[in-house]
Amino acid sequence: MKSTIHWFRKGLRLHDNPSLRDALQMLQPGDVWRCVYVLDPWFAGSSNVGVNRWRFLLQCLEDLDASLRKLNSRLYVIRGQPTDVFPRLFKEWKVSCLSFEEDSEPFGRERDMAVMKLAKEAGVKVILRTSHTLYKLQDIIDVNGGQPPLTYKRFQAILSKMDPPDQPVDSITASTVDNLTTPIRDDHDEKFGVPSLEELGFDTDNLNPVVWPGGETEALTRLERHLERKAWVASFERPKMTASSLLASPTGLSPYLRFGCLSPRLFYKKLTELYKKVKRSNHPPLSLYGQLLWREFFYTAATNNPNFDKMVNNTICVQIPWDKNPEALAKWAEGQTGFPWIDAIMAQLQQEGWIHHLARHAVACFLTRGDLWISWEEGMKVFEELLLDADWSVNAGSWMWLSCSSFFQQFFHVYCPVNFGRRTDPNGDFIRKYLPKLRGFPAKYIYDPWNSPESVQKAAKCIIGKDYPLPMVNHAETSRINVERMKQVYQQLSRYRGAGTQCLLATIPYPDGGNGNPTGHKKHAIVQGMERQHAERREHGQPAHMPLLKRRRWDSHFQAAEARDQSEGDMSNVD
Amino acid sequence: MFPLPRRTTQSTKRTMRQAIDSENGNSDGQRAKRQLLRAKAPTEEIIRDWSNMPSEILTHIFQFLPLWDRARASLVCRLWNKTFHLPELWQTFTFEFNNPNTSHFKSTPPQLIRQVLRRHAHHLQSVSFKVDSNKESAEAACQILSQLVNSSLKTLGLISTAKPSFQEVSREDFVTALTVVFVHSKSLSQLRVDDTPVDDPSLAVMIQNSSDSLELLNMTSCPHVSPKGILAVADHCQNLRELALNYTLLSDQLLLTLSREEHATLEQLRIDVISSNPNEIMQFHQISKDSWQSVAKHSPNLTLVMYFYVHNDEDFAPFFQCDTPVTHLFFGAYVSKSALRRVGLHCPKLIELVVCANGTQPLDDEVVLIAKSCKNLHSLGLGECELSCSAFVEFAKILGPNLTELSVMEEVLVGDNNFDTYEAYSAVSKYIGRYWMPEYMPVV
Repeated sequence: MKSTIHWFRKGLRLHDNPSLRDALQMLQPGDVWRCVYVLDPWFAGSSNVGVNRWRFLLQCLEDLDASLRKLNSRLYVIRGQPTDVFPRLFKEWKVSCLSFEEDSEPFGRERDMAVMKLAKEAGVKVILRTSHTLYKLQDIIDVNGGQPPLTYKRFQAILSKMDPPDQPVDSITASTVDNLTTPIRDDHDEKFGVPSLEELGFDTDNLNPVVWPGGETEALTRLERHLERKAWVASFERPKMTASSLLASPTGLSPYLRFGCLSPRLFYKKLTELYKKVKRSNHPPLSLYGQLLWREFFYTAATNNPNFDKMVNNTICVQIPWDKNPEALAKWAEGQTGFPWIDAIMAQLQQEGWIHHLARHAVACFLTRGDLWISWEEGMKVFEELLLDADWSVNAGSWMWLSCSSFFQQFFHVYCPVNFGRRTDPNGDFIRKYLPKLRGFPAKYIYDPWNSPESVQKAAKCIIGKDYPLPMVNHAETSRINVERMKQVYQQLSRYRGAGTQCLLATIPYPDGGNGNPTGHKKHAIVQGMERQHAERREHGQPAHMPLLKRRRWDSHFQAAEARDQSEGDMSNVD
Repeated sequence: MFPLPRRTTQSTKRTMRQAIDSENGNSDGQRAKRQLLRAKAPTEEIIRDWSNMPSEILTHIFQFLPLWDRARASLVCRLWNKTFHLPELWQTFTFEFNNPNTSHFKSTPPQLIRQVLRRHAHHLQSVSFKVDSNKESAEAACQILSQLVNSSLKTLGLISTAKPSFQEVSREDFVTALTVVFVHSKSLSQLRVDDTPVDDPSLAVMIQNSSDSLELLNMTSCPHVSPKGILAVADHCQNLRELALNYTLLSDQLLLTLSREEHATLEQLRIDVISSNPNEIMQFHQISKDSWQSVAKHSPNLTLVMYFYVHNDEDFAPFFQCDTPVTHLFFGAYVSKSALRRVGLHCPKLIELVVCANGTQPLDDEVVLIAKSCKNLHSLGLGECELSCSAFVEFAKILGPNLTELSVMEEVLVGDNNFDTYEAYSAVSKYIGRYWMPEYMPVV
């Protein structure tokens, strides 16, 4: 009699779960199957995962348990570290097979390799399948010559050369597990039940109401609603941003994609079908899958880079001289900046665990290159704690992007913490909802209440500087200085592009085929040294020439490589 | 790190020493040298030996190493240590002052600074000071600055990498330190003192010592310099080719002085127009048509860069009322439609236009006018603005492949009857001759 364990980590679903499905199909009638979630207790105590994320996860686990009950099985929640838990379980349950979904992140891969080694030692077969991402990420990297694409444009070009992603596999249903058993013990709830928030040590007295309920069931319902809305609008263009876009939407899917309650391949398939039906065309543009592709982009960029979430020693991250300023960081994180637009967004994030992507841009810019000049790593840690859909790759990647630390982003555009919000929601309802103290302010002053006359503040029963903080920076000054600093940093980096050292846009290095270096190979130390020397000479106002080495040889090498990349980058044949 | 081949053993070092001795005319050394040559039988082996590398090559290689690696290489052997201390490698130096409480980066080690001052002060020609947000870092920088009594610098740069911490140093301390350099560096060619408390008297000292040699002066956001102070610089430093300053210091007289016949041709002029308080109307003065004309005539290839951090329509009024030879324009906060229109009418030399934000009115007319009038425009950046797809396509059509930089945020373009956004991207790609997409922001 064989026994199999399916290890849920992300991929918290029974639809499109190829690793579980393949494991089950290998079993004979009478064999045993169990689904396991390993809860790392050390992890629960760490403050870097906030209560909303835990609640969402627990709801996902409850939902899984409920679904498994319908299949005469249960979810086994096991406390401990995987490398301790599995050898024990292999023995106790006489396991012959272990299945799990591939985790593309570097630390996930390391953990999984350790577990696979233990499985091998115990004679347990391992079934590993890709279903958290649309593609096997290494395939994308291979098509791009061995490096992940570092511009979204390049990424889209690569995908357009590849076949569409695999179809989602069939769901696990009663018939899949027809002759199989799960020997559920009487004390299952006690030993293996899904814990509650209290059991994990959270104070549940003042919890905010749930805005994003976790679980596969909810995810699939939302998917239907999402597609219905798209069909009704019959437009697949980017929706216009309005005040209501800022609020949590009942068709929002990002947390469900992150935890794997919703299969990205299912979403992809449904979008394609809908487009073909509504537009009567067989050629959906890549932009249709925007949300899925961004996710895929960051996963691909991160998968081989264990330093992806840091600045120092991260080869794709620009080394920017950020400030260390814990007080300023705390004010930002707690929504005490004195800028209602920023503070309201951070309040929504704290309460609900989700903010609109434009709101993310606003607060990320404010923290980093716009106003506070604090490292994006700090912002990333705050989002990691509070944001439901922030996982390692996507969170770090987004923060690098928004702080112009990577991916060849132009930095000239700084979001204004007053005007940007005002343009999106002129009446200020969003602010009134999340900052009730400011409810009394009229639309004219709600974005910059420090400019309002005392009479208005008195009428609003909110004195700025007392009941609500004064703005913590002079945005006009700080943004100006910061643009200058970014320019300083980038001028040191960009190879001389012949565009004149005064061109603001040209200070961003040319994305060489999206790899950041000419031939996709790691830069030789000499080349790096050359560039450093060039940069230093430029900084000191000297012409950047190379005295002894034959300049022509290096130049033509680069030129040839650039020409090659440019012709590869010419997407005139792309739809 | 350069790994040493296994051949560098004690015996090789001994023969090296003997070879050096032989150069000094030591006859034993001569014999040893012959021994050395005989010992290495095949000729290839001689070439492969590190110790036979000509010192110019070694020096040249050292130049490519960052300072830390160079310092480590200097510990390998006496020759490399000697090379490390050669004057050529100490002509350029950057002093970095970072406080662990305020910065993620390291400072230049104090021992190294001491060594530089002790052994290489007179080799220094090109020096930069980089400081973080901490006032102490700026103060430490000033301390070292005041010790450069043995250096005759050609270029000096005082660079704030985050907050302008030099501004927090007392003016007196700063000026005293800076004056030390001015007095001892009598052929200063480039001076970068943006965001510092430099003032008129200290500039006067600089003029006294380096009026003939000064070619570049960057002093944006130096609140203690007056128009008179900068005028004195322009008056006496006739070889000045590059200047960066705030608009408040720019005057008709300054421009005319820089355009005098005796004055060198101006290559780069950067002007920052700054209003720190959006609620205040700054009432900027206006530069006359004649002044701009004189500049354009005297320096026809001038790169004229203007950075605007201005928030109110009224504040734009004095600008672009007459032909202005501006080549690079950056509106870092806001720009009024009327100002943009005047750019289209009066800035024929424009090469780059970057707009961080505008209001909610589409900029169609202004952008198309600029395309028609500014034949040299290569570079356009649009942040939070609005532009209809048709106008954007027309812009691209007029300028064609000359548009080497086109950075438009996705939300800027608004579909209309002629083009939806995807059609606009295709049309633009066709006109500029390469695949073009707007700047995307992650939607996750």
